[in-house]
Amino acid sequence: MTDKRSGVQRLIVPVGLVLPLIAFILVTFVIPLGSMVIQSVHDPEVAEVLPNTLNLLSEWDGTSVPSEEVFESMAQELVLSRESRTTGKVATRVNRIASGTRSVFGKTARRLERIETTELRSAMIDIDDRWKDVELWIAIREAGREYTVKHYLHAVDLERELDGGIHPVSEDQRIYNTLYLRTLFVSLAVTFFCFLIGYPIAYAIANVSDSMAKILLLIVLIPFWTSLLVRTTSWLVLLQNQGVVNDILVWLGLVNDSDRLALIHNMTGTLVAMTHVLLPFMILPLYAVMRAIPTDYMKAAASLGANPAQSFVRVYFPQSLPGISAGCLLVFILSLGYYITPALVGGTKGQLISNMIAYHIQSSLNWGLAAAISVILLTGVFICYFIFDKWVGVDKLRLS
Amino acid sequence: MSSGYDMRMKLMRKAVAISVWTLCVCVADLVTGQETLTVVGWGGAAAKAQSEGYHKSFTEETGIQIRFEDYNGGLAQIRAQVDVGAVHWDVVDVESASLHVGCDEGIFEDLSDLELPPAPDGTSAKEDFFEGMITDCGIGAFVWATVLVYNSDRFEGDEPSKIEDLFDLDKFPGRRGLRRYPIGNLELALVSDGVPIHQVYEVLSTEEGLQRAFRKLDTIKDHVVWWEAGAQAPQLLADGEVVMTTAWNGRIFNAQIVEKQPFVIIWDSHLRDYDAFAIVAGSPNLENARKFVAHATSTRGMVGFANHIPYAPLRHSGFPLIGKHAATGVDMRPHMPTALENSKNFLWSNVEWWSEREDDLTERFNAWLAR
Repeated sequence: MTDKRSGVQRLIVPVGLVLPLIAFILVTFVIPLGSMVIQSVHDPEVAEVLPNTLNLLSEWDGTSVPSEEVFESMAQELVLSRESRTTGKVATRVNRIASGTRSVFGKTARRLERIETTELRSAMIDIDDRWKDVELWIAIREAGREYTVKHYLHAVDLERELDGGIHPVSEDQRIYNTLYLRTLFVSLAVTFFCFLIGYPIAYAIANVSDSMAKILLLIVLIPFWTSLLVRTTSWLVLLQNQGVVNDILVWLGLVNDSDRLALIHNMTGTLVAMTHVLLPFMILPLYAVMRAIPTDYMKAAASLGANPAQSFVRVYFPQSLPGISAGCLLVFILSLGYYITPALVGGTKGQLISNMIAYHIQSSLNWGLAAAISVILLTGVFICYFIFDKWVGVDKLRLS
Repeated sequence: MSSGYDMRMKLMRKAVAISVWTLCVCVADLVTGQETLTVVGWGGAAAKAQSEGYHKSFTEETGIQIRFEDYNGGLAQIRAQVDVGAVHWDVVDVESASLHVGCDEGIFEDLSDLELPPAPDGTSAKEDFFEGMITDCGIGAFVWATVLVYNSDRFEGDEPSKIEDLFDLDKFPGRRGLRRYPIGNLELALVSDGVPIHQVYEVLSTEEGLQRAFRKLDTIKDHVVWWEAGAQAPQLLADGEVVMTTAWNGRIFNAQIVEKQPFVIIWDSHLRDYDAFAIVAGSPNLENARKFVAHATSTRGMVGFANHIPYAPLRHSGFPLIGKHAATGVDMRPHMPTALENSKNFLWSNVEWWSEREDDLTERFNAWLAR
């Protein structure tokens, strides 16, 4: 008995200690993520406002103007929606499917209140002749689906045509696929440059005297503690047309004053600034791993006749692999979600997929689409992680 | 051992003290009946102007304290508060486009029965306000303009004088700054392409018109630096990154007058827009929030604001009462978008037109940029 009780008691303390952590993860991670995933497929607003009309529309043939009965129900529900101030919600959602129809709803609802007629079909077409467009009614039916994949179609530049088939959107409207690819490319390039620059620095810090290492680490950490915006804008000062780098090049006579290099507001600027901002995330795990590599191995390799290059490639480098994987994974995943830096220094090519997520969250309030893009991005991260695990092995990952 | 314990006790006592203090402040608010109202607006010079223009006088008149918070526009935070039912913002200064989107989403209180004070001469508010500035969801607060600006240091001889010069790379070589956003750029492109300014939206409503606007933008696409935040435009111009740029007139005023930059505004064919005050749906201080909106959109409130930043009153009675800039003593009237001298040729941004097409055209604009 006493043994058992003390066993339970022994469990209470550790469980009690991790409870706040579990609650924290639940509140800040699982619940928001879950609600985002649900939002990407669940859009009940229109169905709540026009239940009866949608019910009638489910039996409609989809080729001719709907019957008087449908118009009657629509008129009733529009007038009701005006009282509950939900007309706009319907209008916004239908407008996303059939652009340029938003005003139909508000206008009709307003005028219907003052109309006394039983001939609602002709009355509504009188108010706005767009009511006889079959496309508008199809859009209403489409917007009324409570569960929908339309946001996912939209997020990969596809759309459902009037006949129900799925086709790519017109060429001048295609944007998201380009942005996924560009985001992937920028992330890979930034990871590569971070590795290229970070590896020697980490090696140096790990192999100099302690006091020197402290100074070097401080040099790495001070920018790390500085605000992201400050670091990004200081690159503007350095790289712009009349900036420090161009001034030096002109002064050295390497570049003519009239054709200074365009180093910022393009892809070059994005890569330079993002590499700099993310560099500490590469250096710190690399340094942590390298510091733990005993120097004896290199000496042993040398005593067995390997030249410095050989012993580095065959002895040192493999031992630093866990740090490389950790650093690369960190930098790659962080850069997938970056958007402030590319927005400030990236110019035309600086738009990444996160900028579109921010736009749909902030300005267009199309949270369903934003959620769908986020879920696709998140899936991409998981796929990368999975490939990484197969290829390198997550268990080999070491942060210290 | 004991020192560690002492340390912990000290920390603990500190934590308790802080919590008690916070609690006291809250209770004190309740007990003394000190009321506060959370007003949200843009930061920077505009925030200061609002504080001087109407926050202070509102507190003096009503005893209600104003807690000012700044934000970067957009509706995400407002919608999140309304959706969750935890509204802690009362009044928000929103852009006209956001006002319409938010109104449709039902995240603003209905203001259709709000009584607005008349003009000083007794003219009713309805007649005093510019047309269409009193809406169900928000009351117009001030007019701002998107203007073309150039840095006169960059030009020897001829200087730009009209919107067409933005597209004239032969006569005025160099990079141009434009906002990375379809609104404004499409209109200016058409005007520069010879479309009469009052027909812009009519032409833009057709596919040919849209293509025409994009084709016009194509001619300078390789020479454009795109900006996003309002502060970037004057910065690009001051740094010499661009020779001319579109910008918000208030930001340029600050650079011209306070920072003494050699910037020149071309008022010809400028684009006018407005900000409005709206109340977040479910605001816990609804009555006070309504009082604040009425106060801030009074003639006096608008003029007080305009004496600090050249964003013009939305009431006809406001303009003649504008005086001198509080900080520098510069006469504010010539800097207002609504000054007679500046109003010869301009276009009101058509919010309703955009509300139907913004999503579509933003995607198309971004696709165009990516090509």
